Amino acid sequence: MTKTDSASSAAGSTDPRLDGHDEQDLEQHFDATIARDQRIEPRDWMPDGYRKTLIRQIAQHAHSEIIGMQPEGEWITRAPSLRRKAILFAKVQDEAGHGLYLYSAAETLGADRADLTQRLIEGRQKYSSIFNYPTLSFADVGVIGWFVDGAAICNQVPLCRSSYGPYARAMVRICKEESFHQRQGYELLMTMMRGTDAQREMVQDAVDRWWWPSLMMFGPPDDASPNSAQSMAWKIKRHSNDELRRRFVDMTVPQAEKLGVTLPDPELRWNAERGHHDFGTPDWSELQRVIKGDGPCNAQRMERRRSAHEEGAWVREAASAYAAKQSRRAREGAA
Amino acid sequence: MSDDHVYMTLAEGHEDDARWAYGTGFEDPLHGVDIAVPEGVDAGEVAACCLALGDDALVSAQRLAEWCTRAPELEEEVALANIGLDLLGQARLLYGRCGQVDGTGRGEDAYAYFRDPGDFRNVRLAELPGGDFAFSITRLLVLSSWRLALFEQLTASPDPVLAAIAAKGVKELAYHRQYAAEWAVRLGDGTEESHRRMRTALEQVGPYIGELFTAYDVRDEVVAVLRQVTEAAGLPMPAWKPSPSSSSRGYPMPGAGRDGDHTEHLAPLLAELQGVARAHPEATW
Repeated sequence: MTKTDSASSAAGSTDPRLDGHDEQDLEQHFDATIARDQRIEPRDWMPDGYRKTLIRQIAQHAHSEIIGMQPEGEWITRAPSLRRKAILFAKVQDEAGHGLYLYSAAETLGADRADLTQRLIEGRQKYSSIFNYPTLSFADVGVIGWFVDGAAICNQVPLCRSSYGPYARAMVRICKEESFHQRQGYELLMTMMRGTDAQREMVQDAVDRWWWPSLMMFGPPDDASPNSAQSMAWKIKRHSNDELRRRFVDMTVPQAEKLGVTLPDPELRWNAERGHHDFGTPDWSELQRVIKGDGPCNAQRMERRRSAHEEGAWVREAASAYAAKQSRRAREGAA
Repeated sequence: MSDDHVYMTLAEGHEDDARWAYGTGFEDPLHGVDIAVPEGVDAGEVAACCLALGDDALVSAQRLAEWCTRAPELEEEVALANIGLDLLGQARLLYGRCGQVDGTGRGEDAYAYFRDPGDFRNVRLAELPGGDFAFSITRLLVLSSWRLALFEQLTASPDPVLAAIAAKGVKELAYHRQYAAEWAVRLGDGTEESHRRMRTALEQVGPYIGELFTAYDVRDEVVAVLRQVTEAAGLPMPAWKPSPSSSSRGYPMPGAGRDGDHTEHLAPLLAELQGVARAHPEATW
């Protein structure tokens, strides 16, 4: 917590770097940088609200990567071929890597990884609600790749142009890897659809279960999204929730046709006049319930993260104790 | 960058689809290696060697996969998965070679998914349940030191495919051993609790070490590594009894796991690993 506090106050009016510039000048400079579509970097002055919004968003994103390892990670030990086992193991490992880059990006804003982890396990910071749904068959691994990574890409590709430099650069790398994961998921589903009847049923069942939660990944409708307008103005966010959701639907429909599955929405049809698909409304009360902690797996996901963190405490303590002994020995050796 | 590009290409065909197989890397370690068994080489012996080392790798990878989402820190999450993926890759190459030389023409999945516990030839140390981080690190230290020494010898194998697999594996195993050794020292010389847990782990691993030295003469290399690491960590050397048949050399290798004699822990590990594949024997994945 201390790092966050000191960084926040350093960015405020007591900043010794102000050196005769008043805050208004700095804010104008910041606004002009944003208006010119240039990047804000860690050492640049930024408004407190911008910093806090970014820390919240990046931390939530990092937590989502880490919690998101669980639903698919459950299937690594059970993957039905060695090739699929390797692909899945590597994917889940990539997610841990994404979590690491994102926590590092948050640290450039003065946050501290251990503190953010603590906030997650105390339920004070959120992660994406999609990971509170269970994975019931191996087809879920493919559908998560196709829908969930697909939706994540739709959300994140515009973030590669986010105004905050370290976040934007982390997103470039993450998006590349996620598009790879998405193709792997889709390829698994293609293979399963060419397989047995039981496999085709598994795929359709997974599609039925994941479709609506995936549409909810873009967040509540624009008229009910309180933080969006400021984030759009700061160019932290580039497109509205509804715009991204519509884009995801338009992209996914032809892929579903090629795969030979039915998307579970009777209202889904092409609207030639608008040049987009019309589609049904997700059950927003379900999203609210899951966000509030009442999804099928919220308790289980949090419990796993908490117990891993607590059971690992002695290891982290040992590593710190060893590092302290080593530096003391080095000092004594030098003396 | 176009926002849509990465997504729109999804439904198109990709010629490199089949290349997604090997985790994170795309280099075929066997590219250009002649797969014919050279004259004078005993194919049965090569097959037995590939099967045993493949089973060690698969079972170890399965135990490492159990750490996923449970590691003490994110860096360890990444590192343990990395090691698991390397071993899984080694298992696949070794099973592939086994199928080429044992006369059955079986693919890697036939070995992994459609053999029963008594047909597995892994050493028992690999199959013991995960335990705590100290146990996993101690087991990894012993198994990676041993496997590295074996693979270094096998780089000179008269079978060119086995030699190529070993050459690739040596680089991976050197990292595994380094990782395990660094953690063993940190834990041994960390806090009282971590030291105590490392002592317990060494006591648990000890009885299974003798079984490792039933073929190929790598005992001295392994003992030297363990001595160096335990000294640096302020820990005692693990105690073990030599395997009764440790004087024999070559394959098939006598003694416990190598004879198909396993602990009670292998069957549940395989039940989990094989369950989905066996429920859908006609399926392709």
